[in-house]
Amino acid sequence: MSRKLYEKEIRAGFSRRSFLKGCAMTAAALGLSDDLVPRLVEAATSPKRPPVVWLHFQECTGCTEALLRSSHPDIGSLILDIISLDYHETIMAAAGNQAEEILEETIEKHKGKFICVAEGAVPTKDNGIYCKVGGRTALETIKNVAPKAAAVISIGTCASFGGVQAASPNPTGAKGIGDVLGKRVINIPGCPPNPIAFLGTVLHLLTFKRLPELDGLGRPLFAYGRRNHDQCERRAHFDEGRFVEQFGDENHKKGYCLYKVGCKGPVTYANCPAVRFNDVSTWPVGIGHGCIGCTEPNFWDTCSPFYKHLPGIRMPGSGIVTDAETVGEKILGISVIAAGIHAAVGMGKHLLKGGQDKNK
Amino acid sequence: MAQKITIDPITRIEGHLRIDAEIEGNRIIRAWSSGQMWRGIEVILKGRDPRDAWLFTQRICGVCTTVHAIASVRAVENALDMEIPLNAQYIRNMILAIHALHDHIVHFYVLSALDWVDVVSALKADPKKTAQLAQSLSDWPGNSVKRFKAVKGKVKALVESGQLGPFANAYWGHPAMKLPPEANLMAVSHYLEALDYQRKADSAIAILGGKNPHIQNLSVGGVVTAINPDNEATLNMERLYWIKQLVSEVRDFVQNVYLPDVIAIGALYKDWLKYGAGVKNYLAVPDMPLDTKGTKFDIPGGTIFQGDLSTVKPFKNFDDPYFRDNIKECIARSWYDGNWTKSPFEEDTVPNYTDFQPNGKYSWIKAPRFKGEPMQVGPLAQVLIGYALGHRLTKKYVDQALSRIGSIAGTRVGVEVLHSTPGRHLGRAIRAAILSDLALEHWELLVDNIGRGDLRIFTPPSFPAGEQMGFGFHEAPRGALSHWIVIKNGKIKNYQCVVPSTWNASPRDDKGKVGPYEASLVGNPIAEPEKPLEVLRTVHSFDPCIACAVHLFDPEGTHFSNVKIL
Repeated sequence: MSRKLYEKEIRAGFSRRSFLKGCAMTAAALGLSDDLVPRLVEAATSPKRPPVVWLHFQECTGCTEALLRSSHPDIGSLILDIISLDYHETIMAAAGNQAEEILEETIEKHKGKFICVAEGAVPTKDNGIYCKVGGRTALETIKNVAPKAAAVISIGTCASFGGVQAASPNPTGAKGIGDVLGKRVINIPGCPPNPIAFLGTVLHLLTFKRLPELDGLGRPLFAYGRRNHDQCERRAHFDEGRFVEQFGDENHKKGYCLYKVGCKGPVTYANCPAVRFNDVSTWPVGIGHGCIGCTEPNFWDTCSPFYKHLPGIRMPGSGIVTDAETVGEKILGISVIAAGIHAAVGMGKHLLKGGQDKNK
Repeated sequence: MAQKITIDPITRIEGHLRIDAEIEGNRIIRAWSSGQMWRGIEVILKGRDPRDAWLFTQRICGVCTTVHAIASVRAVENALDMEIPLNAQYIRNMILAIHALHDHIVHFYVLSALDWVDVVSALKADPKKTAQLAQSLSDWPGNSVKRFKAVKGKVKALVESGQLGPFANAYWGHPAMKLPPEANLMAVSHYLEALDYQRKADSAIAILGGKNPHIQNLSVGGVVTAINPDNEATLNMERLYWIKQLVSEVRDFVQNVYLPDVIAIGALYKDWLKYGAGVKNYLAVPDMPLDTKGTKFDIPGGTIFQGDLSTVKPFKNFDDPYFRDNIKECIARSWYDGNWTKSPFEEDTVPNYTDFQPNGKYSWIKAPRFKGEPMQVGPLAQVLIGYALGHRLTKKYVDQALSRIGSIAGTRVGVEVLHSTPGRHLGRAIRAAILSDLALEHWELLVDNIGRGDLRIFTPPSFPAGEQMGFGFHEAPRGALSHWIVIKNGKIKNYQCVVPSTWNASPRDDKGKVGPYEASLVGNPIAEPEKPLEVLRTVHSFDPCIACAVHLFDPEGTHFSNVKIL
C-alpha cells in the first residue's frame, strides 16, 4: 500500500494496525489473498464515496442494528470514509419533507450509480397498504428506486425471501425484493445476517466493480457456500454419535452435538462457525442452542418447530437416526434430505417454491 | 387560522411513524400519532409450538432485540406455572440490563442527539475550550484537546467532501439550536465514541446469547447457555471474565460520558424543561428477578397517577392481578373493525384500513389503557416509580443528576422537571447508570452461584391437555412490555403483545383521550413550521419503536378481505 494512503488513514483517526487488520479480515472473509489488501484499502478510502440509498420496509431494523455492531470496518468509518449513506431512515438527521427531498435528489442525481440496499419485505396484499413511508407504499417505492440503482442488495432474510411476516399464513402477502421486482438481486439473508457478509459484498462491489460469485439463491459464495454443519466445532461429536438429549444435561455441559435438540445446521448454508459474531468468537451453536436455519428461504415454516430434530439425517456408522419419526407436518413437506449429510446438494435450493426459480 | 403539518417519515426511530400537528401562533395545539406498518406476527403464531414463540416475537424488533424474547418465555412459563433456575434468571437479567445499556447509548447519541446538537456549528469550536468544558463535566480520558482537534478535522473533511451523507439536509443553523460550538464539538466527539461502546455492550451479550442482535440462548424453562467451568465449549471463567471486562468499560462510558452529557444538555436547554410532559400517569413493571418464581426484584415497578408520586402503587410479582386485570386495549380510532375495548386475552382484531382520518381511524397502533387511563411508559416512568418507592440506586442517581443540573443552570431544580421532554432523556440516562451497576451485581450473583456448584440452567416445560392462560412482563428499554398467551393442547391459541411504544404512541381512544405522544406535543413551540425540529425533539424523547407498536392478533386469520381502501 502506498505511504500516502497510510498517512491519510492515520490522519483520519485510524491506527495503522487496526485499519490494516480490518482490511485483512475483510479480505479473508471474501476469500481474497493478502496481496489484494492494498486495493481494499484504496477502495475503502476512495475520495468520492459511492452513494447508498437504504430503504426500510416490513422489518425490525435488526439488520441495521447488526451493521451498527460491525467492527471492520466499524460503522463510523463506513459512513464517514467508505460510503455516502445518503438515505437511511434510522440514522439520517433529516425527517419528513427534508428526508424525502434527499431520496428524490439522490436517485435522480446519481441515477445508475448508487447502491440500493433494501431491509425488510414488501407487503403486496391489498395494494401494499400494510407498509407506507412518506405517504407511498413500500411497493411503489421499491419499484421506483430499484430500477435506477447500479445494484440492489437485499439485506436480511425478510428482504431476501420475505422473512418472518411471510411465514404461514403470510397475512400481508409479504415478499422478498427479488420476487417483487421479478429479477435477480444480491441476497444477504440471515436473521439478522452477520454484518461481515454485507460489508464484504459492498467492498467487493466497490473494489472490483462487479458482483461476487453468487449461489442459485443470489447469495455470495464467500459467505453462504457451505453448510454450518460442515464447519461446526461440534461436528466430531455428531460423527461419533455423541448428542445432547436435553438442554442442561451432562452432554450439554460437555459441548456435544445439538442435532437431537433441533439443530438445523445440516441444512443451513452460512458461515457462522467460520466467522462468528460480535468479535467475541461466538455463535448460537457455540453457546449451546441449535441453529434455526435463518439464512434459508421460508425457514420459519420449514425449520420449525425449532426444538424438533430434522428427519432422516444419515450419520456415519449408525445409519439413519430418525427417518421413521414424525417431525412435524411442516418439516415433512421438505423431507428431501435423504440426499444425505455429505452430499453436495443443498437443501436451500429445494425449498424454493415453483415458479420463482432464481437459479442461474 | 391553524396551520396543519405532517411529518412522514419520522426518522431516527425504529419503524414507520407519521405525526400530524396543528399549529397556531407558533405553538402546537393538537397532534396525531399514526403507525404506518403492520405485519401480523401474532396471526402467524397461531397454532405453533409455544416453545418457538420467543424466536418469532423477538423478530418484532431488532432494536428492542432480546425484549420480546424475554417477555415471551416468561408468558409461557407463567401459563405453565413454572420456576426458573437461578442461573437462568441471572443470565437473563444480565442480558436485559446490558442490552438496555446498548440501547440507551444508541438512542441518545445516534437517534436523538442531532435534535439538540448542531454538527456544523462544531467547526467553529475551539478544541482547547472544548476540553475545558468537557473536563468540567467529567475526567473521561477522551475529553482531551488532541481528541477534539482530531474530531473537528473529521467533521471538516466530511463537510468539505460535499457528501454529508446522513447529516445532509438537516437542521443545522435552525433557530431552536442553542448550544455553544464547544458543546456541539464535545457531543460530536462523544457520538463517535458512543459507536464503540455500544458495540462492547453487544459483545458482552453475545458471549451469553450466541450473537446479537437476536440472541439465541433462551428457552421456555430457562436458558441454554451451558455452564461448565471445566469445559472449553461452555460458559467458563474465561468467558465470564470477558463479560465483566466489557461491561465495566461500558459502565465507565455511561457514568462518565452519557449521563454527564445529558445533564449538561438538559441544563443548557433549561427552557425546554417546561415542555413535553403530556400524560403524567406512569406505568413500569418490576424486573431483574432475584428468585426462581419472580417475587423479588432488583428494579421496582408500579403505577403513578397525575404526576403525584404519593399515589405510587407497586406491582409485586410475575402474577400480580393489579397488572393483569387492569390492562385493556381500545381500537376505536385504529385501523381495525369495531369500537371495542378488551383485555389482551380476549382480543380478536380484524384490519380495516381507512387511510388517515383525523376525526376517525388513523393508525395501525391500538390504544392500551390502565384502569381506563392512558399511561406513559419508559425509563422516566421506571425512575419516577423507583424514586417514589425509595429504591436505593434510583434515589442516588436522581438526586445527583438534579443537583448537577441545578448548578449548571444556576437554579434549584426538583424532581418535577423530569416531567418534560429533556426529562425523558434524563430518566433514560439515570436508568442506564442504575443498570450499569446492576449488570455487574448480577454478574457477581451468577459467579457466586456457580461457585457453590449450581450449574442448572433449564427446567423442561410440559404442556398438559386443555387450556392455559399466562402473561409475562419485562421492563424493556422503552418501557413496560407484556406478552399474553392462551395455550390449548400444547399449541398457541391466542397471542397478544402490549408494547411500550403502543402505550406511548397510542392514538385517541373511544372517550377521545389522547395518547402520550399526542399529549406531549401540545404547547411545544415551533419556530419554523416547514422545519419542525421541535416535534422531533419531543417525539424522539420517547424513543419510538413502531415495529413493536404495531402488531395484531386475529383469531381467524382469514378476515383480511375486509380491508377497505378509501
